[in-house]
Amino acid sequence: MTEIQPLEAVPNPLQSQPDFAVPTELESALDQVITHYPQKRSASLMLLHAIQERYGFVSEQAVHWVAGKLDLQPIHLLELVTFYPMFHRRPVGKWHLKVCRTLSCALAGSYGIHRHFCETLGLDAHAHGPQTTKDGKFTVEFVECLAACGTAPVLMCNETLHEQVTEEKARQILGGCA
Amino acid sequence: MPSEHRLILKYIDQPGYTPDLDCYLKHGGYRGLQKALTLPPRPLGDGKSLSGPEQIREDVKLSGLRGRGGAGFSCGLKWSFVDRRSGKPIYLICNADESEPGTFKDRQIIHKDPHQLIEGMIIACYANDVHLAYIYIRGEMPEGARILEKSISEAKARGFLGPNICGSGYPLEIHVHRGAGAYICGEETGLIESLEGKRPYPRIKPPYFPAVLGLYQCPTIVNNVETLCNIKHIVEMGGAAFAQLGTPNNTGTRVVSLSGQVRRPGYYEIEVGKATLGELIFDPNFGGGLRAGRALKAVIPGGSSAKVFKAGEKFALKRKGPDGKEVEEPVDMLDLPYDFDTLIKAGSMSGSSAIIVLDDSADIVGALANISEFYAHESCGQCTPCREGSLWMSKALHRLTHGEGRAMDADYLLQIANHIPGGRTICAFGEACSWPVQSFVTKFKDEFVARGRADEVKRVKEEVDPSAGSASRHGAVAKAP
Repeated sequence: MTEIQPLEAVPNPLQSQPDFAVPTELESALDQVITHYPQKRSASLMLLHAIQERYGFVSEQAVHWVAGKLDLQPIHLLELVTFYPMFHRRPVGKWHLKVCRTLSCALAGSYGIHRHFCETLGLDAHAHGPQTTKDGKFTVEFVECLAACGTAPVLMCNETLHEQVTEEKARQILGGCA
Repeated sequence: MPSEHRLILKYIDQPGYTPDLDCYLKHGGYRGLQKALTLPPRPLGDGKSLSGPEQIREDVKLSGLRGRGGAGFSCGLKWSFVDRRSGKPIYLICNADESEPGTFKDRQIIHKDPHQLIEGMIIACYANDVHLAYIYIRGEMPEGARILEKSISEAKARGFLGPNICGSGYPLEIHVHRGAGAYICGEETGLIESLEGKRPYPRIKPPYFPAVLGLYQCPTIVNNVETLCNIKHIVEMGGAAFAQLGTPNNTGTRVVSLSGQVRRPGYYEIEVGKATLGELIFDPNFGGGLRAGRALKAVIPGGSSAKVFKAGEKFALKRKGPDGKEVEEPVDMLDLPYDFDTLIKAGSMSGSSAIIVLDDSADIVGALANISEFYAHESCGQCTPCREGSLWMSKALHRLTHGEGRAMDADYLLQIANHIPGGRTICAFGEACSWPVQSFVTKFKDEFVARGRADEVKRVKEEVDPSAGSASRHGAVAKAP
C-alpha cells in the first residue's frame, strides 16, 4: 500500500509584514473615506490604495486589517489584490518605472525605452511582469495604455508621467532617481 | 478648409488658464449651473407644467447628444430609461476610466479644466434628482484624482456642492473613486461592480441595466467625462442651438485623439462630421500628414477595438446628389466624414474618437500582435470565449512575430475571432478583442500568410540542416544571457 504523503503547503499569495500597524492619523483618514459610501465594502479599493501608498505593498496583515475595518472576510480583499494590476503583493523598488507597452507608444519606440532600462539596470527585457533590481532600488514594468498616446512614448516614474521619452530623456529620468 | 471648433476645450491650453476655481469663475464658470437651478416651471398649456429638471432632460434629448465614451448611445434616451418610481435613490457615476488604447481626451479635461466636468456633473445630477455621485477615475491618473479632489473641495467651499447648492436647497455630494489598472472597469456594469468593492466582472443585461439595477441595485446613470461636460454647454446654449452644431443625428463637437505615425499627434475638437478622416490626418490644422517619404498603410478610426481601415479602401455610401436624390457612390476611406453613423456604415466605428495612424514603416502583423496582447491581458476572465479566445489569438500572433508562425495561422486567427462576439459573452469586450483581429487579418491577409509561410520554409531548412538554425527564430525572444 502506498503511503499517503501530506499535501504540500499552498504558498501564501501575500507577503507577511509582522510589524504592520496603522497609525491613528491614517486610520482616521480612512474612516473618513469609508463615510463616502453607503456600503462599507465600496471603500475597499480606496483603502487598499491608501495602504499601498503608505507601506509600498499590500501584505497579509494589511488585508486582514482592511477586512476587519470593512466587516468583510479577507478573501474579499484578496480577490481584489490578485485581480487589479496596480496592487503589489510584495515590496517593489523605491523607483517604479512603468513603461507603456500599447500600440501608439510601441510605434513611437517604447520597447526600446523598456530595453534601455532593463539593460542599464541588469534586468531581463523579455521577462513577464514587474522586475526589481537586487538592491531594491528600481522596479521596471511594462504596463498597458496610460492614456497619453498623443505624446508617445510615455512612462510613469512612481506617480509622475513622463511624455515623449527619448533614450536621452530615459537616461535623465534614471539619473534623477536618487 | 476644416478647422477646430472648440467648445469643451475652449480655454484649455490658453495662456494663463489654470484649473482652479477662481480662473474658472472668471471665464464664466458655474453660470450654466445657476441657470439650471433657477429655471422656472414651463407651463404646458393643459394645466400641467415642466419642472426645471424635466426641462433639462427634454433639452438634452432635443440636443441629440450621443455618449462620448465609445458606444455613441443617445444621452437623453439613456436618462429617460432611469427608473424614477422605484423609490430607491438614483446615482450618477462619471466614467473617467479612460483606457481604450489611443484615447487621451478625458485626461486633458480632468487635468486642465476639472471644474467644467464638475459643473456638468452637478447639472446632470440636478436634472436626474441625484444626491450622491462618483467620479470613477483610473488608477494610473493619481494626479488627475488629486486635481479633482481639490476642485470638489473648492466647489464645496463656495457652495456649488454640498447640502444647499447656491441656496436652491438642492443637496449633492461628489466623491472621487480610484480604479486600479483594469481596462474592464470602463465597461459600465464592470465599473459598478468595481465601485461596490468587487472584482469588475460585467453584469449580464438583462436584468442588470444600470438605469434600473445599477449601483447597489439602484437606478444609476453612467456617463463619460466629455458627455457630462457637454451637459453644461447644452444648458447654457439650449438644446436646439447645440443640435445645430455638427451634422444631423451627429450633433455637437467631439474631441478627437490623434496618435501614431503622424506629424502632429494630439487632441483636436471638431464639429462632429465636419471634417473627414483624411483631413484629420493630413490637414495642417490637424495631423499635418505623415513623416517625410512615408505612405499611409492603415488607420484605426476609433480606439484599438475599432475595425481597421486599409489605405485606399472604398465604401459604397448613400449621399445626396446635386439634384437632391440619394445616390450610392464609392467613397474613399479618407473621405469619410468623421462622425458616429458614417463610420458604422463603413463597418467600423468612431468609438472613443481615437485615431491611430499606421504608415508603411509599421509592421501590420506586429501591430495586431500588440493590440491582441492588450486584450489578452485585460480580459476579466468571466466568459470562456473571451478569456480563452483573446489569449489564443495573442499566442498565435506572438508565434507569427517571433519566427514560429504557420501559413494557416491567418485562418486560425479568423476562426477564433469569429467565434467570440455575437452574444457569446456578457459584455462587449468579446467584440472589442475580436474586431481588430477580424479586420486586420481579412484586410491584410497576404501579409499574415506570407509571414507564416516564411517561417515554415525556414523550419524545413533547419530540419534538413540543423546547423542552419535561423537567427530570428529565437533571436527576438531569446533570454538575456
